[in-house]
Amino acid sequence: MSAVRTAGPRAALDVPAPAEPPRPRAGWRGWAIRIASPLVAAGLWQLLTVTDARIWLRFDRLPSLDEIAAEFAAQLGTRVYYLDLLQSLIRILTGFGIAAVAGVTVGVLIGRSRRAGDVLTPLLEAVRPIPAIALVPIAILLFPTDEQGIVFITCTAAFFPIMVSTRHAVRALPTLWEDAVRTLGGTRRHVLVNVVLPGVLPGVFGGLSIGMGVSWICVISAEMISGDFGVGYRTWQAYTLVDYPATVVGMITIGALGWLTSALIELVGRRATRWLPRAAKEGRA
Amino acid sequence: MTTATTAAAGLRLTLERVTLGYGRGGVLRDVDLEIEPGEILTVVGSSGSGKSTLLRALAGLLPPYRGRILADGAEVTGPSPDRAMIFQEDGLLPWRTVLRNVELPLAIRKVPRDERRRAAREWIARVGLAGSEDRLPRELSGGMRQRVQLARALAAAPRAVLMDEPFGALDAQTRAEQQPLLLDVLRDTSATVVFVTHDVDEALLLGHRIAVITSDGVRILAEATRERIVKEL
Repeated sequence: MSAVRTAGPRAALDVPAPAEPPRPRAGWRGWAIRIASPLVAAGLWQLLTVTDARIWLRFDRLPSLDEIAAEFAAQLGTRVYYLDLLQSLIRILTGFGIAAVAGVTVGVLIGRSRRAGDVLTPLLEAVRPIPAIALVPIAILLFPTDEQGIVFITCTAAFFPIMVSTRHAVRALPTLWEDAVRTLGGTRRHVLVNVVLPGVLPGVFGGLSIGMGVSWICVISAEMISGDFGVGYRTWQAYTLVDYPATVVGMITIGALGWLTSALIELVGRRATRWLPRAAKEGRA
Repeated sequence: MTTATTAAAGLRLTLERVTLGYGRGGVLRDVDLEIEPGEILTVVGSSGSGKSTLLRALAGLLPPYRGRILADGAEVTGPSPDRAMIFQEDGLLPWRTVLRNVELPLAIRKVPRDERRRAAREWIARVGLAGSEDRLPRELSGGMRQRVQLARALAAAPRAVLMDEPFGALDAQTRAEQQPLLLDVLRDTSATVVFVTHDVDEALLLGHRIAVITSDGVRILAEATRERIVKEL
Protein backbone atom coordinates (compact mmCIF):
# COMPACT_ATOMS: atom_id res chain seq x y z
CA MET A 1 0.00 0.00 0.00
CA SER A 2 3.05 2.25 -0.05
CA ALA A 3 1.91 3.90 -3.26
CA VAL A 4 -1.35 4.99 -1.68
CA ARG A 5 0.39 6.76 1.14
CA THR A 6 2.89 8.60 -1.03
CA ALA A 7 0.22 9.36 -3.58
CA GLY A 8 -0.93 12.83 -4.33
CA PRO A 9 1.15 15.84 -5.11
CA ARG A 10 4.43 14.54 -3.72
CA ALA A 11 4.59 11.63 -6.08
CA ALA A 12 6.09 13.84 -8.77
CA LEU A 13 9.21 11.69 -8.97
CA ASP A 14 10.16 9.87 -12.07
CA VAL A 15 11.10 6.87 -10.01
CA PRO A 16 8.33 4.30 -10.30
CA ALA A 17 6.71 3.28 -7.05
CA PRO A 18 8.36 0.19 -5.62
CA ALA A 19 6.51 -2.80 -6.97
CA GLU A 20 4.68 -4.82 -4.38
CA PRO A 21 5.52 -8.49 -4.40
CA PRO A 22 2.70 -10.13 -6.33
CA ARG A 23 0.32 -11.92 -4.05
CA PRO A 24 0.34 -15.59 -4.92
CA ARG A 25 -2.87 -16.47 -6.73
CA ALA A 26 -5.19 -18.95 -5.18
CA GLY A 27 -4.43 -22.24 -6.89
CA TRP A 28 -6.89 -25.11 -7.28
CA ARG A 29 -6.15 -26.06 -3.71
CA GLY A 30 -7.11 -22.58 -2.51
CA TRP A 31 -10.35 -22.70 -4.43
CA ALA A 32 -11.15 -26.16 -3.15
CA ILE A 33 -10.77 -24.89 0.42
CA ARG A 34 -12.91 -21.83 -0.32
CA ILE A 35 -15.72 -24.00 -1.64
CA ALA A 36 -15.36 -26.65 1.05
CA SER A 37 -15.51 -24.19 3.95
CA PRO A 38 -19.14 -23.03 3.53
CA LEU A 39 -20.18 -26.58 2.59
CA VAL A 40 -18.79 -27.93 5.85
CA ALA A 41 -20.58 -25.17 7.79
CA ALA A 42 -23.86 -25.96 6.03
CA GLY A 43 -23.39 -29.67 6.71
CA LEU A 44 -22.78 -28.96 10.37
CA TRP A 45 -25.99 -26.89 10.55
CA GLN A 46 -27.96 -29.67 8.90
CA LEU A 47 -26.48 -32.29 11.25
CA LEU A 48 -27.24 -30.25 14.38
CA THR A 49 -30.81 -29.36 13.38
CA VAL A 50 -31.83 -32.78 12.04
CA THR A 51 -30.57 -34.52 15.18
CA ASP A 52 -32.25 -31.86 17.37
CA ALA A 53 -28.98 -31.38 19.21
CA ARG A 54 -29.08 -29.82 22.68
CA ILE A 55 -25.46 -29.18 23.62
CA TRP A 56 -26.08 -26.18 25.91
CA LEU A 57 -26.97 -24.33 22.66
CA ARG A 58 -30.34 -25.67 21.57
CA PHE A 59 -30.72 -26.55 17.92
CA ASP A 60 -33.94 -28.51 18.29
CA ARG A 61 -36.23 -25.65 17.36
CA LEU A 62 -34.12 -24.28 14.49
CA PRO A 63 -35.21 -25.24 10.99
CA SER A 64 -33.02 -27.62 8.99
CA LEU A 65 -31.57 -26.69 5.63
CA ASP A 66 -34.10 -28.65 3.62
CA GLU A 67 -37.00 -26.98 5.46
CA ILE A 68 -35.48 -23.57 4.75
CA ALA A 69 -34.88 -24.42 1.09
CA ALA A 70 -38.43 -25.67 0.66
CA GLU A 71 -39.84 -22.55 2.30
CA PHE A 72 -37.62 -20.33 0.14
CA ALA A 73 -38.78 -22.05 -3.04
CA ALA A 74 -42.40 -21.68 -1.96
CA GLN A 75 -42.00 -17.98 -1.15
CA LEU A 76 -40.29 -17.25 -4.46
CA GLY A 77 -43.54 -18.31 -6.11
CA THR A 78 -45.68 -15.86 -4.15
CA ARG A 79 -46.54 -12.28 -4.99
CA VAL A 80 -46.18 -11.03 -1.46
CA TYR A 81 -42.48 -11.95 -1.32
CA TYR A 82 -41.69 -9.55 -4.14
CA LEU A 83 -43.99 -6.86 -2.80
CA ASP A 84 -42.16 -6.96 0.54
CA LEU A 85 -38.84 -6.86 -1.22
CA LEU A 86 -39.89 -3.92 -3.35
CA GLN A 87 -41.35 -2.08 -0.37
CA SER A 88 -38.13 -2.38 1.63
CA LEU A 89 -36.05 -1.37 -1.37
CA ILE A 90 -38.16 1.72 -2.01
CA ARG A 91 -37.85 2.72 1.65
CA ILE A 92 -34.11 2.26 1.71
CA LEU A 93 -33.47 3.97 -1.60
CA THR A 94 -35.60 6.97 -0.67
CA GLY A 95 -34.08 7.35 2.79
CA PHE A 96 -30.56 6.66 1.64
CA GLY A 97 -30.90 8.90 -1.42
CA ILE A 98 -32.05 11.86 0.67
CA ALA A 99 -29.28 11.14 3.19
CA ALA A 100 -26.63 11.01 0.48
CA VAL A 101 -27.58 14.39 -0.99
CA ALA A 102 -28.05 16.04 2.41
CA GLY A 103 -24.95 14.44 3.94
CA VAL A 104 -22.62 15.52 1.14
CA THR A 105 -24.12 19.02 1.03
CA VAL A 106 -23.88 19.60 4.77
CA GLY A 107 -20.43 17.97 4.95
CA VAL A 108 -19.06 20.26 2.25
CA LEU A 109 -20.76 23.28 3.77
CA ILE A 110 -19.25 22.65 7.21
CA GLY A 111 -15.88 21.76 5.74
CA ARG A 112 -15.67 24.89 3.62
CA SER A 113 -17.42 27.57 5.65
CA ARG A 114 -16.50 28.40 9.20
CA ARG A 115 -19.79 30.21 9.71
CA ALA A 116 -21.86 27.26 8.54
CA GLY A 117 -19.80 25.08 10.84
CA ASP A 118 -20.51 27.35 13.80
CA VAL A 119 -24.25 27.17 13.17
CA LEU A 120 -24.63 23.50 12.26
CA THR A 121 -21.99 21.61 14.23
CA PRO A 122 -23.55 21.97 17.70
CA LEU A 123 -26.97 20.90 16.41
CA LEU A 124 -25.62 17.92 14.56
CA GLU A 125 -23.33 16.82 17.35
CA ALA A 126 -26.27 16.92 19.74
CA VAL A 127 -28.30 14.54 17.60
CA ARG A 128 -25.48 12.32 16.33
CA PRO A 129 -24.95 10.17 19.44
CA ILE A 130 -28.63 9.13 19.44
CA PRO A 131 -29.00 5.85 17.53
CA ALA A 132 -31.48 6.48 14.72
CA ILE A 133 -33.69 3.62 15.85
CA ALA A 134 -34.16 5.39 19.20
CA LEU A 135 -35.90 8.16 17.23
CA VAL A 136 -38.86 5.89 16.45
CA PRO A 137 -41.20 7.65 18.93
CA ILE A 138 -40.32 11.03 17.40
CA ALA A 139 -40.87 9.62 13.94
CA ILE A 140 -44.28 8.27 14.91
CA LEU A 141 -45.32 11.59 16.48
CA LEU A 142 -43.84 13.74 13.75
CA PHE A 143 -44.98 12.09 10.55
CA PRO A 144 -48.55 11.54 9.39
CA THR A 145 -47.84 8.02 8.09
CA ASP A 146 -45.68 5.09 9.24
CA GLU A 147 -44.15 5.01 5.80
CA GLN A 148 -42.66 8.47 6.14
CA GLY A 149 -41.48 7.65 9.64
CA ILE A 150 -39.56 4.62 8.42
CA VAL A 151 -37.92 6.64 5.65
CA PHE A 152 -37.04 9.32 8.18
CA ILE A 153 -35.31 6.79 10.46
CA THR A 154 -33.43 5.26 7.54
CA CYS A 155 -32.38 8.67 6.30
CA THR A 156 -31.19 9.89 9.71
CA ALA A 157 -29.15 6.72 10.18
CA ALA A 158 -27.33 7.10 6.87
CA PHE A 159 -26.94 10.87 7.06
CA PHE A 160 -24.33 11.00 9.83
CA PRO A 161 -21.68 8.66 8.45
CA ILE A 162 -22.00 10.31 5.03
CA MET A 163 -21.84 13.84 6.47
CA VAL A 164 -18.91 13.09 8.76
CA SER A 165 -16.81 11.36 6.13
CA THR A 166 -17.52 14.15 3.64
CA ARG A 167 -16.47 16.75 6.19
CA HIS A 168 -13.23 14.90 6.89
CA ALA A 169 -12.54 14.48 3.19
CA VAL A 170 -13.04 18.22 2.59
CA ARG A 171 -10.63 19.10 5.38
CA ALA A 172 -8.05 16.56 4.20
CA LEU A 173 -8.03 17.93 0.65
CA PRO A 174 -4.54 19.17 -0.33
CA THR A 175 -4.55 22.96 -0.72
CA LEU A 176 -2.34 22.58 -3.78
CA TRP A 177 -5.25 21.76 -6.10
CA GLU A 178 -7.23 24.71 -4.85
CA ASP A 179 -4.23 27.02 -5.28
CA ALA A 180 -3.72 25.71 -8.80
CA VAL A 181 -7.30 26.42 -9.82
CA ARG A 182 -7.24 29.85 -8.20
CA THR A 183 -4.08 30.87 -10.07
CA LEU A 184 -5.82 29.81 -13.27
CA GLY A 185 -8.50 32.38 -12.54
CA GLY A 186 -10.93 30.07 -10.76
CA THR A 187 -13.50 31.52 -8.36
CA ARG A 188 -14.92 29.84 -5.25
CA ARG A 189 -17.52 28.18 -7.41
CA HIS A 190 -14.87 26.83 -9.79
CA VAL A 191 -12.92 25.48 -6.82
CA LEU A 192 -16.06 23.81 -5.48
CA VAL A 193 -17.02 22.17 -8.77
CA ASN A 194 -13.55 21.34 -10.08
CA VAL A 195 -11.62 20.56 -6.92
CA VAL A 196 -13.75 19.95 -3.85
CA LEU A 197 -16.53 17.77 -5.24
CA PRO A 198 -14.32 15.42 -7.27
CA GLY A 199 -11.57 15.48 -4.64
CA VAL A 200 -13.78 14.31 -1.78
CA LEU A 201 -15.33 11.42 -3.72
CA PRO A 202 -13.04 8.70 -2.31
CA GLY A 203 -13.94 9.76 1.23
CA VAL A 204 -17.61 10.20 0.38
CA PHE A 205 -17.86 6.66 -0.93
CA GLY A 206 -16.44 5.38 2.34
CA GLY A 207 -19.30 7.17 4.09
CA LEU A 208 -21.87 5.91 1.59
CA SER A 209 -20.79 2.32 2.22
CA ILE A 210 -21.17 2.67 5.97
CA GLY A 211 -24.39 4.65 5.50
CA MET A 212 -25.91 1.89 3.40
CA GLY A 213 -25.08 -0.64 6.11
CA VAL A 214 -26.75 1.31 8.90
CA SER A 215 -29.67 2.13 6.61
CA TRP A 216 -30.47 -1.54 6.35
CA ILE A 217 -30.17 -2.05 10.07
CA CYS A 218 -32.64 0.76 10.62
CA VAL A 219 -35.12 0.00 7.88
CA ILE A 220 -35.41 -3.61 9.07
CA SER A 221 -35.71 -2.61 12.72
CA ALA A 222 -38.26 0.08 11.90
CA GLU A 223 -40.28 -2.37 9.85
CA MET A 224 -40.26 -4.81 12.75
CA ILE A 225 -41.62 -2.12 15.05
CA SER A 226 -44.13 -0.44 12.77
CA GLY A 227 -45.27 -0.97 9.24
CA ASP A 228 -47.39 -3.60 7.57
CA PHE A 229 -45.18 -4.57 4.67
CA GLY A 230 -41.51 -5.12 3.99
CA VAL A 231 -38.93 -7.83 4.54
CA GLY A 232 -38.32 -6.82 8.16
CA TYR A 233 -42.02 -6.84 8.97
CA ARG A 234 -42.49 -10.21 7.27
CA THR A 235 -39.53 -11.75 9.09
CA TRP A 236 -40.79 -10.64 12.48
CA GLN A 237 -44.31 -11.71 11.65
CA ALA A 238 -43.06 -15.20 10.71
CA TYR A 239 -41.28 -15.41 14.05
CA THR A 240 -44.37 -14.45 16.03
CA LEU A 241 -46.35 -17.05 14.05
CA VAL A 242 -43.75 -19.67 15.04
CA ASP A 243 -42.88 -20.18 11.37
CA TYR A 244 -39.12 -20.54 11.84
CA PRO A 245 -38.19 -21.58 8.28
CA ALA A 246 -39.88 -18.40 6.98
CA THR A 247 -38.00 -16.36 9.58
CA VAL A 248 -34.70 -17.67 8.30
CA VAL A 249 -35.77 -17.06 4.68
CA GLY A 250 -36.45 -13.45 5.68
CA MET A 251 -32.99 -13.17 7.19
CA ILE A 252 -31.34 -14.58 4.09
CA THR A 253 -33.30 -12.13 1.95
CA ILE A 254 -32.20 -9.22 4.11
CA GLY A 255 -28.59 -10.39 3.86
CA ALA A 256 -28.79 -10.71 0.10
CA LEU A 257 -30.32 -7.24 -0.30
CA GLY A 258 -27.69 -5.70 1.94
CA TRP A 259 -24.92 -7.41 0.04
CA LEU A 260 -26.35 -6.34 -3.33
CA THR A 261 -26.73 -2.68 -2.42
CA SER A 262 -23.24 -2.53 -0.85
CA ALA A 263 -21.74 -4.15 -3.92
CA LEU A 264 -23.51 -1.59 -6.08
CA ILE A 265 -22.02 1.29 -4.10
CA GLU A 266 -18.60 -0.32 -4.23
CA LEU A 267 -18.88 -0.66 -7.99
CA VAL A 268 -20.03 2.92 -8.57
CA GLY A 269 -17.32 4.13 -6.17
CA ARG A 270 -14.58 2.33 -8.06
CA ARG A 271 -15.79 3.76 -11.33
CA ALA A 272 -15.97 7.28 -9.96
CA THR A 273 -12.49 7.17 -8.42
CA ARG A 274 -10.54 5.51 -11.20
CA TRP A 275 -7.94 8.26 -10.97
CA LEU A 276 -6.73 7.01 -7.59
CA PRO A 277 -3.31 5.35 -7.65
CA ARG A 278 -4.71 2.12 -6.22
CA ALA A 279 -7.06 1.81 -9.18
CA ALA A 280 -4.02 1.51 -11.44
CA LYS A 281 -2.73 -1.43 -9.45
CA GLU A 282 -5.99 -3.26 -9.45
CA GLY A 283 -6.37 -2.58 -13.14
CA ARG A 284 -3.01 -4.18 -13.83
CA ALA A 285 -3.58 -7.15 -11.60
CA MET B 1 0.41 28.22 -32.36
CA THR B 2 -1.40 31.31 -33.49
CA THR B 3 -4.11 31.48 -30.85
CA ALA B 4 -1.89 30.38 -28.04
CA THR B 5 0.99 32.76 -28.57
CA THR B 6 -0.76 36.03 -29.28
CA ALA B 7 -0.28 36.84 -25.64
CA ALA B 8 -0.36 40.38 -24.40
CA ALA B 9 2.94 41.87 -23.33
CA GLY B 10 4.54 40.61 -20.14
CA LEU B 11 3.68 42.09 -16.77
CA ARG B 12 6.00 44.34 -14.84
CA LEU B 13 6.11 43.01 -11.29
CA THR B 14 7.22 45.28 -8.50
CA LEU B 15 7.78 44.53 -4.83
CA GLU B 16 7.89 47.58 -2.57
CA ARG B 17 9.38 46.94 0.86
CA VAL B 18 7.51 43.69 1.11
CA THR B 19 7.67 41.53 4.23
CA LEU B 20 6.32 38.04 3.84
CA GLY B 21 5.71 35.21 6.21
CA TYR B 22 3.28 32.74 7.63
CA GLY B 23 2.33 33.51 11.20
CA ARG B 24 4.83 35.27 13.42
CA GLY B 25 8.21 36.30 12.11
CA GLY B 26 8.68 37.13 8.46
CA VAL B 27 10.41 34.72 6.14
CA LEU B 28 11.45 37.61 3.90
CA ARG B 29 11.89 41.17 5.14
CA ASP B 30 11.71 44.47 3.31
CA VAL B 31 12.16 43.09 -0.17
CA ASP B 32 12.46 45.58 -3.03
CA LEU B 33 12.46 44.02 -6.45
CA GLU B 34 11.62 45.10 -9.97
CA ILE B 35 10.90 42.41 -12.52
CA GLU B 36 10.98 43.70 -16.10
CA PRO B 37 8.23 42.85 -18.60
CA GLY B 38 9.10 39.80 -20.68
CA GLU B 39 12.28 38.84 -18.88
CA ILE B 40 13.10 35.50 -17.36
CA LEU B 41 14.24 36.11 -13.81
CA THR B 42 15.62 33.13 -11.97
CA VAL B 43 15.61 33.29 -8.21
CA VAL B 44 18.18 31.12 -6.44
CA GLY B 45 18.10 30.32 -2.78
CA SER B 46 18.74 27.47 -0.43
CA SER B 47 15.77 25.51 0.83
CA GLY B 48 13.80 27.31 3.49
CA SER B 49 15.00 30.70 2.29
CA GLY B 50 11.53 31.79 1.25
CA LYS B 51 11.61 31.18 -2.50
CA SER B 52 8.20 29.59 -2.62
CA THR B 53 6.82 32.22 -0.27
CA LEU B 54 7.97 34.92 -2.68
CA LEU B 55 6.25 33.21 -5.60
CA ARG B 56 3.04 32.59 -3.70
CA ALA B 57 2.94 36.27 -2.86
CA LEU B 58 3.47 37.23 -6.50
CA ALA B 59 0.67 34.83 -7.45
CA GLY B 60 -1.63 36.53 -4.97
CA LEU B 61 -2.04 33.39 -2.87
CA LEU B 62 -0.29 34.95 0.12
CA PRO B 63 -1.01 38.57 1.06
CA PRO B 64 2.13 40.45 2.13
CA TYR B 65 2.49 41.11 5.82
CA ARG B 66 3.81 44.58 5.00
CA GLY B 67 4.52 46.46 1.81
CA ARG B 68 2.95 46.28 -1.63
CA ILE B 69 3.19 44.04 -4.66
CA LEU B 70 2.32 45.65 -7.97
CA ALA B 71 1.53 44.12 -11.33
CA ASP B 72 1.84 46.83 -14.01
CA GLY B 73 1.29 49.37 -11.27
CA ALA B 74 -1.89 47.81 -9.89
CA GLU B 75 -1.74 46.31 -6.44
CA VAL B 76 -2.00 42.53 -6.27
CA THR B 77 -4.84 41.57 -3.95
CA GLY B 78 -5.52 38.00 -5.02
CA PRO B 79 -4.86 35.38 -7.67
CA SER B 80 -5.46 36.32 -11.27
CA PRO B 81 -5.33 34.36 -14.52
CA ASP B 82 -2.78 36.97 -15.65
CA ARG B 83 -0.27 35.38 -13.30
CA ALA B 84 -0.16 31.63 -13.85
CA MET B 85 1.74 29.44 -11.43
CA ILE B 86 3.51 26.14 -11.92
CA PHE B 87 4.00 24.15 -8.77
CA GLN B 88 6.86 21.89 -7.77
CA GLU B 89 4.49 19.19 -6.65
CA ASP B 90 2.28 18.51 -9.54
CA GLY B 91 -0.79 20.66 -9.33
CA LEU B 92 -2.68 18.71 -11.97
CA LEU B 93 -6.13 17.56 -11.01
CA PRO B 94 -5.69 13.77 -10.84
CA TRP B 95 -9.24 12.98 -11.94
CA ARG B 96 -8.92 14.98 -15.15
CA THR B 97 -7.19 13.70 -18.25
CA VAL B 98 -4.26 15.60 -19.72
CA LEU B 99 -6.55 17.28 -22.22
CA ARG B 100 -9.12 18.28 -19.62
CA ASN B 101 -6.42 19.63 -17.32
CA VAL B 102 -5.03 21.85 -20.06
CA GLU B 103 -8.54 22.94 -21.02
CA LEU B 104 -9.36 24.00 -17.48
CA PRO B 105 -8.13 27.63 -17.57
CA LEU B 106 -9.90 28.09 -20.91
CA ALA B 107 -13.09 26.58 -19.53
CA ILE B 108 -12.88 28.98 -16.60
CA ARG B 109 -12.64 31.80 -19.12
CA LYS B 110 -15.72 30.40 -20.87
CA VAL B 111 -13.91 29.75 -24.14
CA PRO B 112 -16.27 27.72 -26.37
CA ARG B 113 -15.66 23.98 -26.22
CA ASP B 114 -14.34 23.44 -29.75
CA GLU B 115 -11.99 26.34 -29.52
CA ARG B 116 -10.58 25.38 -26.15
CA ARG B 117 -10.17 21.77 -27.20
CA ARG B 118 -8.17 22.87 -30.24
CA ALA B 119 -6.01 25.25 -28.21
CA ALA B 120 -5.40 22.63 -25.55
CA ARG B 121 -4.35 20.06 -28.16
CA GLU B 122 -1.97 22.58 -29.68
CA TRP B 123 -0.33 23.23 -26.33
CA ILE B 124 -0.07 19.55 -25.50
CA ALA B 125 1.70 18.98 -28.80
CA ARG B 126 3.89 22.00 -28.13
CA VAL B 127 5.26 20.42 -24.95
CA GLY B 128 5.81 17.15 -26.76
CA LEU B 129 2.91 15.16 -25.37
CA ALA B 130 0.75 14.68 -28.45
CA GLY B 131 -0.98 11.32 -28.13
CA SER B 132 -1.21 11.52 -24.33
CA GLU B 133 -4.34 13.69 -24.31
CA ASP B 134 -6.59 11.06 -22.82
CA ARG B 135 -4.22 9.76 -20.17
CA LEU B 136 -4.65 10.47 -16.48
CA PRO B 137 -1.86 12.25 -14.56
CA ARG B 138 -1.04 9.08 -12.63
CA GLU B 139 -0.19 7.37 -15.91
CA LEU B 140 2.52 9.93 -16.69
CA SER B 141 6.06 10.28 -15.40
CA GLY B 142 6.99 13.24 -13.22
CA GLY B 143 8.67 15.03 -16.12
CA MET B 144 5.63 14.59 -18.32
CA ARG B 145 3.33 15.87 -15.59
CA GLN B 146 5.40 19.01 -15.25
CA ARG B 147 5.11 19.57 -19.01
CA VAL B 148 1.34 19.23 -18.73
CA GLN B 149 1.41 21.87 -16.01
CA LEU B 150 3.42 24.10 -18.32
CA ALA B 151 0.90 23.61 -21.13
CA ARG B 152 -1.97 24.31 -18.73
CA ALA B 153 -0.32 27.46 -17.41
CA LEU B 154 0.41 28.80 -20.88
CA ALA B 155 -2.88 27.78 -22.52
CA ALA B 156 -4.70 30.78 -21.15
CA ALA B 157 -1.98 33.17 -22.39
CA PRO B 158 -0.94 34.57 -19.01
CA ARG B 159 1.17 37.71 -18.84
CA ALA B 160 3.40 36.28 -16.15
CA VAL B 161 4.41 32.70 -15.36
CA LEU B 162 5.57 31.91 -11.86
CA MET B 163 7.50 28.66 -11.64
CA ASP B 164 8.17 27.13 -8.26
CA GLU B 165 11.06 24.68 -8.71
CA PRO B 166 9.14 22.85 -11.41
CA PHE B 167 12.01 20.41 -11.92
CA GLY B 168 12.94 20.15 -8.26
CA ALA B 169 11.50 16.69 -7.82
CA LEU B 170 12.95 15.26 -11.04
CA ASP B 171 16.15 13.25 -11.38
CA ALA B 172 19.12 14.97 -13.00
CA GLN B 173 18.71 13.39 -16.40
CA THR B 174 15.01 14.15 -16.72
CA ARG B 175 15.68 17.67 -15.56
CA ALA B 176 18.32 18.13 -18.25
CA GLU B 177 15.76 17.05 -20.83
CA GLN B 178 13.08 19.44 -19.57
CA GLN B 179 15.19 22.61 -19.49
CA PRO B 180 15.75 23.09 -23.25
CA LEU B 181 12.10 22.30 -23.89
CA LEU B 182 11.08 24.95 -21.40
CA LEU B 183 13.35 27.56 -22.99
CA ASP B 184 11.99 26.63 -26.38
CA VAL B 185 8.40 27.01 -25.30
CA LEU B 186 9.00 30.23 -23.42
CA ARG B 187 10.73 31.78 -26.45
CA ASP B 188 7.34 32.01 -28.14
CA THR B 189 5.65 33.86 -25.33
CA SER B 190 6.18 37.39 -24.23
CA ALA B 191 5.18 36.60 -20.67
CA THR B 192 7.36 37.61 -17.77
CA VAL B 193 8.80 34.54 -16.12
CA VAL B 194 9.90 34.19 -12.51
CA PHE B 195 11.63 30.86 -12.07
CA VAL B 196 12.62 29.73 -8.61
CA THR B 197 15.27 27.06 -8.06
CA HIS B 198 17.93 25.92 -5.64
CA ASP B 199 20.09 24.73 -8.54
CA VAL B 200 22.67 27.37 -9.49
CA ASP B 201 23.38 25.84 -12.91
CA GLU B 202 19.69 25.76 -13.72
CA ALA B 203 19.40 29.42 -12.76
CA LEU B 204 22.33 30.34 -15.00
CA LEU B 205 20.99 28.31 -17.91
CA LEU B 206 17.45 29.66 -17.87
CA GLY B 207 17.61 33.20 -16.53
CA HIS B 208 18.15 36.50 -18.31
CA ARG B 209 18.80 37.91 -14.89
CA ILE B 210 19.47 36.14 -11.63
CA ALA B 211 18.40 37.08 -8.15
CA VAL B 212 19.62 35.43 -4.98
CA ILE B 213 17.72 35.10 -1.75
CA THR B 214 19.93 35.37 1.30
CA SER B 215 19.31 36.18 4.91
CA ASP B 216 19.68 39.87 3.98
CA GLY B 217 16.90 39.76 1.43
CA VAL B 218 16.56 39.42 -2.31
CA ARG B 219 19.26 40.87 -4.55
CA ILE B 220 19.69 40.93 -8.30
CA LEU B 221 23.23 40.00 -9.36
CA ALA B 222 24.47 42.19 -12.19
CA GLU B 223 27.35 39.95 -13.23
CA ALA B 224 26.14 36.51 -12.32
CA THR B 225 28.66 33.73 -12.47
CA ARG B 226 28.57 30.40 -10.75
CA GLU B 227 31.21 31.51 -8.26
CA ARG B 228 29.45 34.76 -7.40
CA ILE B 229 26.16 33.03 -6.76
CA VAL B 230 27.69 30.29 -4.65
CA LYS B 231 29.52 32.93 -2.64
CA GLU B 232 26.32 34.91 -2.12
CA LEU B 233 24.46 31.86 -0.88
